[in-house]
Order: sequence, then structure tokens, then C-alpha cells
Amino acid sequence: MMWAGFLQRAIMQGIPLLYGSTGEIITEKSGMLNLGIPGIMYVGGIGGVIGAFLYEQNAAVLNPLLAVLIPLLCSMTGSLLMGLIYSFLTVTLRANQNVTGLALTTFGVGFGNFFGGSLAKLTGSDVPSINLTATSAFFRTSLPFSDQLGWFGQIFLSHSFLAYAAIVIALLCSFILTKTRVGLHLRAVGENPATADAAGINVGKYKYLATCIGSMIAGLGGLYYVMDYANGVWSNDGFGDRGWLAIALVIFAVWRPNFGILGSILFGGLYIVHNYIRDLDVSGQELFKMLPYVVTILFLVIISIRSKREAQPPAHLGLPYFREER
Amino acid sequence: MPHSEQKVREPLFHIAKRDSIVWWKAWLIRGVVLLAALVFAGLVSFLLTKENPLRIYMTMLEGAFGTQRRIWGLMQNLAMLLCVSVAVTPAFKMRFWNIGAEGQVLIGGLATAACMILLGDKLPNPLLLLVMIAASVAAGAVWGVIPAFFRANWQTNETLFTLMMNYIAIQLVSFFTYKWSVPKGSGQVGVINRATHAGWLPSLGGHDYLINIIIVLLITFAMYVYLKYSKQGYEIAVVGESENTARYIGIPVKKVIIRTMLISGAICGISGLLMVAGTDHTISRDTAAGRGFTAIMVSWLAKFNSFYMILTSFLIVFLQKGATEISTAFSLNESFSDIITGIIIFFIISSEFFIQYSVRFRRKEAAAS
Amino acid sequence: MSGQEKNEGVPAIRLHNISKRFGSVIANDSVSLSVRHGEILSVLGENGSGKTTLMNMIAGIYYPDSGQIFVDGKEVMIRSPKDAFRYQIGMIHQHFKLVDVFSATENIVLGLEEEGRYSLKRSAKRIREISEQYGFDLDPDKKIYEMSVSEKQTVEIIKVLYRGADILILDEPTAVLTPQETQKLFAILRRMRDDGKAIIIITHKLHEVLSLSDEVAVLCKGKYAGTVKTAETNESALTEMMVGKKVTLNIERSEPKDPQDRLEVKGITCRSREGVELLRDVSFVARSGEILGIAGIAGSGQRELLEAIAGLQHVDGEILYHNPKTGQIDNLCDKTPLQIRELGVRLSFVPEDRLGMGLVGNMDIVDNIMLRSYKKGKGIFLERSKPKNLAEQIIRDLEVVTPSASTPVRRLSGGNVQKVLVGREIAASPKVLMAAYPVRGLDINASFTIYRLFNQQKENGTAVIFVGEDLDVLLALCDRIMVISSGRIAGTVDARTATKEQIGLLMTKNTTDAYADVSQKGGAADAAQ
Repeated sequence: MMWAGFLQRAIMQGIPLLYGSTGEIITEKSGMLNLGIPGIMYVGGIGGVIGAFLYEQNAAVLNPLLAVLIPLLCSMTGSLLMGLIYSFLTVTLRANQNVTGLALTTFGVGFGNFFGGSLAKLTGSDVPSINLTATSAFFRTSLPFSDQLGWFGQIFLSHSFLAYAAIVIALLCSFILTKTRVGLHLRAVGENPATADAAGINVGKYKYLATCIGSMIAGLGGLYYVMDYANGVWSNDGFGDRGWLAIALVIFAVWRPNFGILGSILFGGLYIVHNYIRDLDVSGQELFKMLPYVVTILFLVIISIRSKREAQPPAHLGLPYFREER
Repeated sequence: MPHSEQKVREPLFHIAKRDSIVWWKAWLIRGVVLLAALVFAGLVSFLLTKENPLRIYMTMLEGAFGTQRRIWGLMQNLAMLLCVSVAVTPAFKMRFWNIGAEGQVLIGGLATAACMILLGDKLPNPLLLLVMIAASVAAGAVWGVIPAFFRANWQTNETLFTLMMNYIAIQLVSFFTYKWSVPKGSGQVGVINRATHAGWLPSLGGHDYLINIIIVLLITFAMYVYLKYSKQGYEIAVVGESENTARYIGIPVKKVIIRTMLISGAICGISGLLMVAGTDHTISRDTAAGRGFTAIMVSWLAKFNSFYMILTSFLIVFLQKGATEISTAFSLNESFSDIITGIIIFFIISSEFFIQYSVRFRRKEAAAS
Repeated sequence: MSGQEKNEGVPAIRLHNISKRFGSVIANDSVSLSVRHGEILSVLGENGSGKTTLMNMIAGIYYPDSGQIFVDGKEVMIRSPKDAFRYQIGMIHQHFKLVDVFSATENIVLGLEEEGRYSLKRSAKRIREISEQYGFDLDPDKKIYEMSVSEKQTVEIIKVLYRGADILILDEPTAVLTPQETQKLFAILRRMRDDGKAIIIITHKLHEVLSLSDEVAVLCKGKYAGTVKTAETNESALTEMMVGKKVTLNIERSEPKDPQDRLEVKGITCRSREGVELLRDVSFVARSGEILGIAGIAGSGQRELLEAIAGLQHVDGEILYHNPKTGQIDNLCDKTPLQIRELGVRLSFVPEDRLGMGLVGNMDIVDNIMLRSYKKGKGIFLERSKPKNLAEQIIRDLEVVTPSASTPVRRLSGGNVQKVLVGREIAASPKVLMAAYPVRGLDINASFTIYRLFNQQKENGTAVIFVGEDLDVLLALCDRIMVISSGRIAGTVDARTATKEQIGLLMTKNTTDAYADVSQKGGAADAAQ
């Protein structure tokens, strides 16, 4: 069935976007417009690659658990460090968020491509290119009976644990944002930090935590991309503009991670729909790849014209907050 | 009053905004931080290459200034980055976060390429050049005005809007590069009008890039004058500082936002023209080469002063050239330059904090009074 | 001191030699005061005397540069609002600290670390209980952006009550309230005092101080002027402490010369974005050669009225300008400031928000002087030499204290900022001059400079509209005073014969039934001319 295959691919395309947008939503809810997300996702990806590469090179037999855990930890450490750089510069040193974010993206993309291209040389190993199929196989382990359940299995059950984790994390984030005290405080920080501050909420701490946790979640998107989608093969710039697409998805999901789940599948579908249209030449495909961005802009325009309060970006998004300034 | 036994602690330090800082102190801080950044960058290079640090710096200088050709290349790259940086500046001065320069440049380049390809053999060269200029300016301006229009009327978030516009431009360029690709289906346009040089910017005195550099310097100078001495520049400053004051004084805020983005987009369009007709003589989705994003950092680091931008863009271009040389010399990946650029920018960003704020640590005799 | 027991003799909170400065401005200079449990302390002082800064240091918003704070006799460090909350200090700010997109309940529980599971339902129930207990009317699920000003204040007060604060600080709580609401609030405050709470109320209204508090601490220009028992003092003694020395307002007032109708406002009505009526059917005439005062409780529509005339606010109705040169009558309604100027209307406006609207803080004096005239001269370039001369003239004539004409205005003190602003507006030789609270936060000298300038304008035949808060000033300076209440005109009086009580009554009058006699009052004043 073609549409089952299409949906399955759309979900696979959507998962990195979902990670990215969930991470960015958490970050933006604290009022931080982290434009470093694309760079962070690169670092998340290459972090996993480095971990897996070193493990594959140094272990005689791969332990399935370690083969998954080591890249996972390396990936999260990498993106955590990126989040820390961003929050240190913008919260502690009060630097401009946009400039810092863009610098972080330059740095992160460069970091990913640099180590992707030179890892083998730097470690003195003689492999021609980085090909982590063994590790990837562990990551791609899906439910054993998924291929026996026809289209249902193909669409819903054929995915790897990182894909389901993305959905669980998105739902969890939604729950935290709307149904818990921490979520309430976080939203207050992004809407009106002066009020949150007066209420005794440590604004800086929330900004730091939201940015760092958001970065780690986003970084997993990079990891999923390399290990699952790309079968463990790193190619420079292979991740493409998915980081920016994740930021677009934040808008499309009106800053709600649970909306992001469906949104990511839609975006994923829009991203690959050109492959499923007959008689479409290459140039036409490029036009189709524009769709998610066009949709996002339309959406952005509509929510701003309707100006419904609940659908707006956090009121203090991208703005600095310092208490003693006068 | 005895209170020696009370365990009362003042915070470790507190941060106060400086009233003002003497200019030389500010530059001293910048200089020291820049030096620290270079040392750090050298350290990173050393750790990755295990080469003599001095040799690393020599290699960087070599990469930037080694031959006359390299110097011209450096100047050309500097001019291109400077042009985009100058272009985004009026918008930033207005506190309009135009993250869409990449797209505005590309669309200007696309318009240029379209003229060269479609009209190259139909119009005499001077006329063709005029049409190209008009087309690139118009294309860039339109790309800038669309988000400005929505921001002015409905407060649509311009950061996100302009960001999205980049990718629409990129995909449009991709679409046309396939349409125009030579040979068909290769996805590459190749050198346009290789034989006739129709629509190529002329080389002055035998230097291919000289005309680009001159044009960019003129634009830089004009922008400086425009922002500092013109009525419109004054309006931009007022709108940027306080929209409320602008309304109060009768400055049509919406009009200023749209007009300024029109100018910003138009100059981006010209940058696209210079890159396509003056440099590459081709178009691809990488024509802008991320300059639209780098320019934002350049402009911001220069505090929106067009002349300081020559310095900041020189710094960035020098680092990129130097780091690229390191990566070839020590056979590393060319993305090495992005890492170094990122590190340096992080450092410079931090330096601004120490210029604007003074950090006072807890006095030792805090409780005694 | 024995554990939980509140020691009667020990103050609930005591400040000792607290100082705080912002840059070169000293906001508080060695201030000491204290309040006991079961006591209401008023902190009295003029606008800009440092009351709010002082209280913000108790609430953990600011951190003092030097000095000590004691809670129940123990020295404490209040580094954050959280610390303040731990010491059971609750502050109700003048500018509400609420998150617009949150509901009342969400705002109230914000920042709380309650025992047990997070449940908005349970919190809403407690909020209803508190509301009932004190007679508040509040829907816990209502979003803040849908609320009126008084509802928002209710949320703020319940927020503090919900936290069971022991020491309450209220910053100008009555500024936005109707008299009935004020009485209700005072009743609640007294109940809380009898409950053993220590209450600090910041105000500059003397009658409130006298009717409510047990003690009064007075601040004068950032300095502590002393504490007195309310029972042992009176208005004139307090005023004396507040202003430092007794000042009889000796403002010269000339008779209007040949007054002519200059600005005729006819039945203007203005609604906020949410549809709340801010101005309703306001009509009046401002005449050349006289000063028309506008009195009213803050937020009664004064700002909207002036902004409507200046072309900054959309209103329905007519604003007619009688051009003395051409004899033409132009309707300014719904024109932009630019269009108004293009009509040849010489209208100057000193807005309430000096650095946020009237001036650009980061620009220097010359560039700020240029705001009104930058378009003058041919060509696309700015002409800076004339504004520079004007700036230097204003600095000289008005005795503006500044290092130079190229100093950013945000570095000037409040009085000097206002001199720059008023100087610029007057330099345009206006036919109509509007000013909103032009002496707020200014010292006596600067205030008198402003009065003198306004009187000069009046003598030059300008129609001056002066929105003020100090009734003594209004009565001494103006020719007529129009009182505005809840967006309607409650009456117009002759400033030479009216009394403070008369105006105070009009200000707090419930205007729903006042509607009928507006024209009557206005007519009476007109007849007095």
C-alpha cells in the first residue's frame, strides 16, 4: 500500500523535527528564542556518531545496551554543552539572543561537519568513511511483530524506540507545561519575567534549565536522524535545513508540543510528498520542499491577524530580562 | 550594635550597569578579549593538529595574505560580507530583526541570473546591466517588504517570518537551477554567458573584483551618512528607540518600517547582484554562503556603525580564510573555519558584557560599618 | 525572643540606615523605619521621594547598597522575592505584576510551592473561600486580560492573602480605586490589622494617611524625615515634613486677556481595545490666554483625552481648532500628529511619560530638541545647527544641569529631563499647550520654573491645558478647572473661587447620575468668566 509507506516515511521525516520543535518550545516558553537549534541538532547527531565510532573501534564485540547508551549519552552531553554556552552568554552575560543563537548554529554545524569529516583521521583509524551500521542496527530495532500487522504495523509499529520516545517526550512536555507547577512557572517566565521574579520564581534558573533541557531534547533529533534515518552514515550537511524546519514547526504547533506531534508528521509528509507525485521533475520537487515554510508563514500571519491571546508567541520571547536594570 | 555572630551573607557579587565608559577602556577590553579569543582558537587548533602554535598562526596569515591573489580574494570576501552587513543595519537600528538577509541576497542573485540567462543575447550589455540592477534591487526589496508589511500592520513576529522567507528563496533558487541547469538535469547552472560575458560586471584595471569593492565601499559610506545625517535615518533611530515617541512626534511608524525594510532588502538584492554578476557568474543555493546570517553578527558586533563593520567583517573573513588554510595545510575538514568563527564570536559577544556592566565582588568587610 | 510567639515590643520589620542608588541618582539615603504587628504604618512622601524603591528592597526586587533589615528582631538578607516570601512579606505593587494570559487562579498560585499535588481546582476553591470571607467578587477562572483594573487589584490582594503574608506592603493601592472601593479596602486592611498583621501602605494622599494608619513615616527626597503617631499629627504638620519646609504656593496669576475659543471639544467618546468606555461624551472649550486645569483620580481618562487631541488616540466626536491666523476651523479628530501639523495647527504636548514618549532617553539633548523640527529645511539631510543653538538656549534659560548639549537625556535628573521637554514644546510657540502631570517628581524649584513658563505662555495668548494631581497647584495656577471622573466630565469650576473640597467631591462623584448636570456646571463656570 503506497499511502502506508508514505505515512511511515512521513513519520520518519517528522521525528527529528518533532524533537527539535519540542526542545525549542520548551526553550521558547522561557522567553528564549534559541536560533542555535540547528547547530545543536548537528552537535547532537555528531555527539552520537563520535560515541558510537569510538565504541565500535575499541570494542571487540558490541554490547547492544552499551551500543545504544554510549551514543545516547554522548549526544546528550554535546547538546547540553551547547545549551550551556547559549544560556551562559544570553542569561549570565546578557548577550543578544539572536546573535548568540546564530553564532551557535554556525559553530554547531561547523562542529558537526568538521568531526564528521575528520573523525577518522583525528583518531588515526584507517576506515575510509564513518559507517556505523552496526550501532544503527541496534538503534533501529523495532517491535518484532510489526511486519505481520499489515499497514497498521507499517505505519504505527515499525519505528524504533527513539521515534516513540519523541512522541512520549512531546506528550510529557505538554503535560508539564499545562498541568504542573513547574510548567506554570516556566510559562510565567516567558510571558512576564518581572512578574515571575516578583512571585519568587528564579527566572535565570528557569531560563537555564529550559534552554539546556530543550537543547538536549533537540539534540536527540540529530541522533535519530543519523542512527535511524541515515542508517548510521554521517554525511556532511546531510541533516540540511531540518533545524530551521523544526523552528517553523514550533509556530505551526502554536507552542504546544502535543500539536507538534501531528504537525511533525504533516511537515514530514510535505517534505517528501514530491516523491509520491507522478511525473514531477527534479525542479518541481524543489518547489514542493518549500511547502512547509509557506504553510508556516501563512500560519504566522493568520495567528497574528486573528490576535487570539492564547495562540501568540510567549510575550517576552527574544527579549532580555535583568532585574536591577533601571 | 553587635551583630558579629550573625551569619548574614551578602551575595557573592552584584552587577551594575555602567553609566558610561571611557572609549579607550572599552577598546582595551575588546582588544584583550580578542587576544584571548585568538589564543583560545590557537589552542583548539593545536589540540587538533598537534602542530607548533606559531606555525598555526603563520599558516593563518599565510592563508589570508600569502599571495596577491589571496589578498584580492580576502578583499572580495570582505566586500561581500560587508555589503550584506551594511544592508541589514538600518533594520536592526530600527529594532527590526531581519534574519532574512540570506533569502534577500539569494533572490536578488536569482533575479540577476534570470536577466543574464534570459536576456543575455537580447539586450546590449549596458542596457542589460541596468535591467539586472533594477531586477535585483526590486527582488530583494520585495523579499524584505513582505515581512515588514505584516509586522507593521499586525505585529507579526518578524524574526520568525524573515527566517522562513530564507528557505522559500533557497527553494526557489533550487527550482530555477534545475530549470536552467547545464547540462540538463545536472542541477548546476554553470558559468553563465561564458563566451559573451554578457551581464558580467566589468573588470577595472585588470582586477576582476575591484568594481565590487568600490561599489560596496560606496554603499558603506552612503549608509553611514544616511543613518547619521539624513532625516530618514533620524526617523529610523527614533522608531528603534521608542515607537511611542515616534507616534507622539508624528513619524508614520508603519511607513518607516516598510521603507526601511525596502532599503535593507534592496541592498541585499545588490549584494546578490555583485555575487552573481560580479563574482561567481553563476547561481546556486549556496551563492550567499551563509553571509546573510554572518552579517547579522557582523553588524551587531560593530554596534550598527558602518565603518566599524569594515573591521568586524575583516576579522570574520580573515578567520575564515586563515582557518581554511589551516584545514588544507594540516588536511583537516574545511568546516574548521566555522568552529573558529563561532568561538571568536562567542568571545566578542562576552566582551560587550564587561563594557556595559561592572561586576562588583563582595567586599571583604561587608558587615562592618 | 521565644520561638513562634510574636513579641509585642519587637517590630515585625525594621529598616536601619538603608541606602540605595541608581547610577548617580540617590533613591534612598539612610532610611530607617519600623512597624509592629497589629499596626498600620503609612509611608508618606511626594512622587519620586523614594517610597517605592524602599519598599521594593523589602520585597526583594532591589538589593540595598548598604544598611540592614530586621524581621522580628533578627537581621535578614532579602535577596529575592522568594526570600521576602519566606519572611512572610507580601507586596501589592502599584503596577500589577500579573501574567495577562493566565487565569486569576494561575496568577495567585504562581511561585508557590504548596504541599501536595498541583491542583488548580483546589486552589480555586480556596480563592473562593477567601473571596467570600472578605467580600471580594472574583471569578478564579477569568483571564487577566479580560479583567478591569479593580478586578486585577483584587487578584493582587488575594494573592497576598492566599500566601498568608504577615507583613503586607501596599504601593499606592487607592490610586486606581473609586471611593467606595477605597473604603472597602480600608475596612479589609483594618480587619487584617486586628488580626495581628503588620501593614505598610505607601501613599501621598494625606486624608488616607490620617483615616487609616497608626503611624506615619515620612520620606522627603529619598531621605528619612521621621515617624510620627497619626493621632498626634495633622495635615499641615505632615505636609511640612513631606516638603521639608512649609511652602505656600505663591504662584502669580494674571487675568486672562481677551480670551477666545481656541480648541472646542465636542462630545468625544473613546473605547479601549477591549471595548471599555474610557471617555464618554466629553465636551469643553479651551480658550486663548487662560490655563484650563483638568483634575481627576489617576486613570479617569485624562491621558486618552490629551492623546485624542494630539492625534494619538482614535475617538468619536469632534475636536475643533480655531485657527487665529486664518480664522479657519479645522476638525482634528482622527488626524495623525503629522496631518495636524500640516494643517498649521500649533499644538504642543508635554506627555506624562517623559522618557517613554516625549523624549528618547538614549539620544542627546540636541537630537531630542530636534524631534519636533527635524523635518524643517529642504533636502533629505538633517539641519543640526539650529536645534543645537536652541538646545544651548534652553539649557541656559531654564538652567538645565547637564555636562553638555550632547549628553543623552536619560542621564539627566528628572527635573532637568522635564525642562528639556517643556523647553522644546514651548519653543515651537504653540497656540495650544497641553501638559500631563508636568511637575510630577520635580523639586520645588523646577516646579516653579514650569509654572512660570506656563504663565508666560498664557500671557502670550496660548490656550494652556494642564492636567494635574495636586489640587493646591491647580487652584493656584489655573483659571478654570474641569473635573473628570470615570471618563466623564463631572463639572467645571472657577479656580479663583472653588475650594479643594468642592473639587474633591466632583472627583469621587459617581458619574452615572452626574451625567445630567455636567452641562449645568460647565455653564455656571462659563458664566463666571
